Amino acid sequence: MSAGHYWLVIGGVLFVILNTAAGLIWLERRMLALWQDRYGPNRAGPFGLFIVLADTIKLFFKEDWIPPFADKVVFVFAPAVVVASVLLSFTIIPFAPNVVVADFNVGVLFFLAMSSMGVYSIVLGGWASNNKYALLGAMRGASQMISYEVFMGLSLMGVVIMSGSFNLSEIVAAQKNGWFILPQCVGFFIFLIAGIAETHRLPFDIPEAESELVAGFHSEYSGMKFGMFFIGEYMGITLISSMVVTLYFGGWLGPAFLPPVIWFVLKTFVFIMLFILLRASMPRPRYDQLMEYGWKILFPLSLVNLLITAAIKLLI
Amino acid sequence: MFSLLRSMWLVFLHMFHKRETYQYPEERAPLPARWRGRIALTRDPDGGERCVGCYLCAAACPVDCISLQATEDEHGRRYPEFFRINFSRCIFCGFCEEACPTYAIQLLPDFEMAEYNRQNLVYEKENLLINSEGKYPGYNYYRVAGMAIDGKAKGEAEHEEPPVDIKSLLP
Amino acid sequence: MGVFFYITAAIAVFSTAMVVTRFNIMHALLYLIVSLLSVAVIFYLYGAPYMASLEIIVYAGAIMVLIIFFVMMLNLGPESTRLEKQWLKPGMWMVPALFCVILLGELVYLIAQNHTPVTGIKEVPPKAVGRSLFGPYILAVELSAMLLMAGIVGAYHLGRQQPKTLHRFLQSKPS
Repeated sequence: MSAGHYWLVIGGVLFVILNTAAGLIWLERRMLALWQDRYGPNRAGPFGLFIVLADTIKLFFKEDWIPPFADKVVFVFAPAVVVASVLLSFTIIPFAPNVVVADFNVGVLFFLAMSSMGVYSIVLGGWASNNKYALLGAMRGASQMISYEVFMGLSLMGVVIMSGSFNLSEIVAAQKNGWFILPQCVGFFIFLIAGIAETHRLPFDIPEAESELVAGFHSEYSGMKFGMFFIGEYMGITLISSMVVTLYFGGWLGPAFLPPVIWFVLKTFVFIMLFILLRASMPRPRYDQLMEYGWKILFPLSLVNLLITAAIKLLI
Repeated sequence: MFSLLRSMWLVFLHMFHKRETYQYPEERAPLPARWRGRIALTRDPDGGERCVGCYLCAAACPVDCISLQATEDEHGRRYPEFFRINFSRCIFCGFCEEACPTYAIQLLPDFEMAEYNRQNLVYEKENLLINSEGKYPGYNYYRVAGMAIDGKAKGEAEHEEPPVDIKSLLP
Repeated sequence: MGVFFYITAAIAVFSTAMVVTRFNIMHALLYLIVSLLSVAVIFYLYGAPYMASLEIIVYAGAIMVLIIFFVMMLNLGPESTRLEKQWLKPGMWMVPALFCVILLGELVYLIAQNHTPVTGIKEVPPKAVGRSLFGPYILAVELSAMLLMAGIVGAYHLGRQQPKTLHRFLQSKPS
């Protein structure tokens, strides 16, 4: 891989990810509207696409206000963490053969490490706001994300056992003869659910829960600092979708009539749509229900899945 | 678990449903005839104003947004000298319409009253008075109620019944 | 490689020093996270990517979050910062600091004695870590698993709730 190619990949990934995250603002609102028999934003520009631009300009020009009772350093630091951790996670995703920023041999672990770093944005943001709703949201977020990280890791291990590697490119290559969704469908469901909880998207948006906690951990945030949380959430959706595609749906593998990148983007797009559909159709579970569901159903299930996968791998 | 998947599927099917939105400025929602919107003063079939300045609307108004001053013309016919409704206070409850004995004040199905300047929401009589009979075409209060003229009290003219004695219990 | 090591090591040392000297416990914990992250980077630089990731996942990602979680629940305000300031008198930290300086001197001396530059770093792939964990060190793994199991059972026992039959208003003695 030459240096020029390398920088091209980094620039391309950064450009595509940030634009996707911005575009998702529009896409989500349009799709939610479609599923609720509405139109959504359709005035500004073709199909209302310029709403993204308007939203961005609005976020940039809003007053960047730090509450006087907040812990200033941590308050400013927290939103940066979410964007940084999600963007760093994108470095390990193979978008196509040879189109990957860092071909890490512990890629899966790096992804887990970065998602566990993402917890800090919620916790610190909520704590630094010095606001009871923000604090409650932060506490909920911390416990939710820590517990769902556990089964997220465990459900991933089935894939790791089957492919025999932590390297995502090798995992994709190992799916040449069949995607891992079939043998690992339990792992897939656990990973998907944990991924939704990890990005704290609806129905698991308990740290935000606008009907109970105002806006949860980002109640006090405004302007571009709120925008970072906002963009971080959409990038998280893209990240989880592309991880699901990479791990269970063969990544860039696909019939040869389309280039691999297109296959990857198409599959990722399907999962982004699934995320939006979930938001459109699911009610939010209660907090204890969420934890109970995680620890009493998903956790044993992922352990059993891991055990069975390991046993089959050992016997065959 | 199954119910969750079912609800997801049903929501997904909404993709192919008709959208319910009215694209407002181009396409308007049909308002019912009795929709309580902009308040107007209507005219009787002869083109004269219906309002007799009885103050009942101002008395009925719960937010006190109506103010008027009654006066008389040379024939002794009462009419409002000024009639002012402050629409920034009005709650469109329709009590004024119910209170009005002459069907003069009416709420029309029209809601597009936004203004950039709050002062513009205070409507004077010339803004309120419309060239229409409103919801009660052909109604003229004095044709129904009768009117006393010099030498003839109410009910004494041809084809007139004497007015109902409202103090009596008999029909 | 050397430059990266020195930068990371400097960050680690600096942030660890900041951990000790901060009055605000939250800031101290944040510096501790930075310190752990820089240690992870050092692990990665010296050929242990698996250890580096585990350091971030387990220490920085899980344990520190739990500690921060409890600190958040304790609701420490400016009052506790003031108390902390009050406690941190020279008399309080002189003796431990002296011991630490002695230890540091010994460490520096030992490192200076054994003057072999680090060369030929061999990367330890995750597979090798797994093989040695479940090969020669299987007993230790099993023992720690037993310990964790005991911890889980104990936590379950502590966290178990008595089934309530009466509404809390109707209970005679406060529970």
